[in-house]
Amino acid sequence: MTLPSERHVLIIFPHPDDEAFSVAGIARLYHQMGVPVTYACLTLGEMGRNLGNPPFATRESLPEIRRQELIAACEAMAIPDLRMMGLRDKTIEFEDDEKMVQLVTSLIEELNPSVIYSFYPRYAVHPDHEATARAVKEAVSRIDKTVRPRLLGCAFANNTLAELGEPHVIVNIESVKDYKVKALQAHASQTAWMMAETAKRVDEGQPMSESWLNIEKFYVIQQPDELGEPIQRVQY
Amino acid sequence: MKEVHIETLQELLNSFANKDVYIHLETTNGAYASHFDTKVFNAGAFIRNAKIRYELGKVVDDTPHRIGLKMEHGWVYAQGITHYELDEHGRLLMAGLDYTGKLAIALQISETPFSY
Repeated sequence: MTLPSERHVLIIFPHPDDEAFSVAGIARLYHQMGVPVTYACLTLGEMGRNLGNPPFATRESLPEIRRQELIAACEAMAIPDLRMMGLRDKTIEFEDDEKMVQLVTSLIEELNPSVIYSFYPRYAVHPDHEATARAVKEAVSRIDKTVRPRLLGCAFANNTLAELGEPHVIVNIESVKDYKVKALQAHASQTAWMMAETAKRVDEGQPMSESWLNIEKFYVIQQPDELGEPIQRVQY
Repeated sequence: MKEVHIETLQELLNSFANKDVYIHLETTNGAYASHFDTKVFNAGAFIRNAKIRYELGKVVDDTPHRIGLKMEHGWVYAQGITHYELDEHGRLLMAGLDYTGKLAIALQISETPFSY
């Protein structure tokens, strides 16, 4: 099946680099299809721990480094509309819950997306991921069922496969893998060690066939009034 | 940031004594600690832009270093500090970086508030 076109795609994640791991390939595919994409990145990853030893950054200089990395990653993914929402890393779950829902609602009302990509609640590991996932799901649930955008979530908790089963949506991104690699490389402060490992495997004759660089996978997030409706598993 | 030089850092700590200062104090195992290893009990603390005044600041000559600030009614301390710098805004940034270059603790002192 070919990836369906969309009216507008809205991506919501809390940290610079969440998008590179989760949706870099599909964002690039949407770009090739002429689908408008907006990425709302809630924080600048201010609390990132990797400062290097010897250090390349301080706690105070890291946000600007990550802001520049985020801009470069969005260029690699060809995401034209990047919104930096100004929250602080690791504090999202402590914000007023309704304020977070309204932040998402405002984006939906402005952009009228037909699909939203974020995290899957309770299977997203990091407290900021969970808080983001809760706010997005709640904001979408308040939209009339007949006009609701589809909501797709990334899940990577250790119990994901056992409890949720195989992902509902699997996207082959092999044709745009190079852009995903570029996006990951753009977040060098977070991914340099990992990308070096990947490059080393290529040097050793092991092709970059790891599934995480070739496919992106999502679960359909159902609202309470949608539970029981069948979910079709699809591969694009 | 450079590795701690005891005499220089002690002088810098002295320079902020008996002034109203803003502190940033943070300890962390990282948000993924118990995701990667379920045996890890993940705990940490974070305070940013608390205004304090200390009468005595001391860095102890063990590696990694411990730093204590004595206040009129109490104490602030940090252990595991390896690096420091006086940044371009005159703020004293101290950090403990583990063997893989990840921040494990930060203690920062400034006469003006840190950003959000």
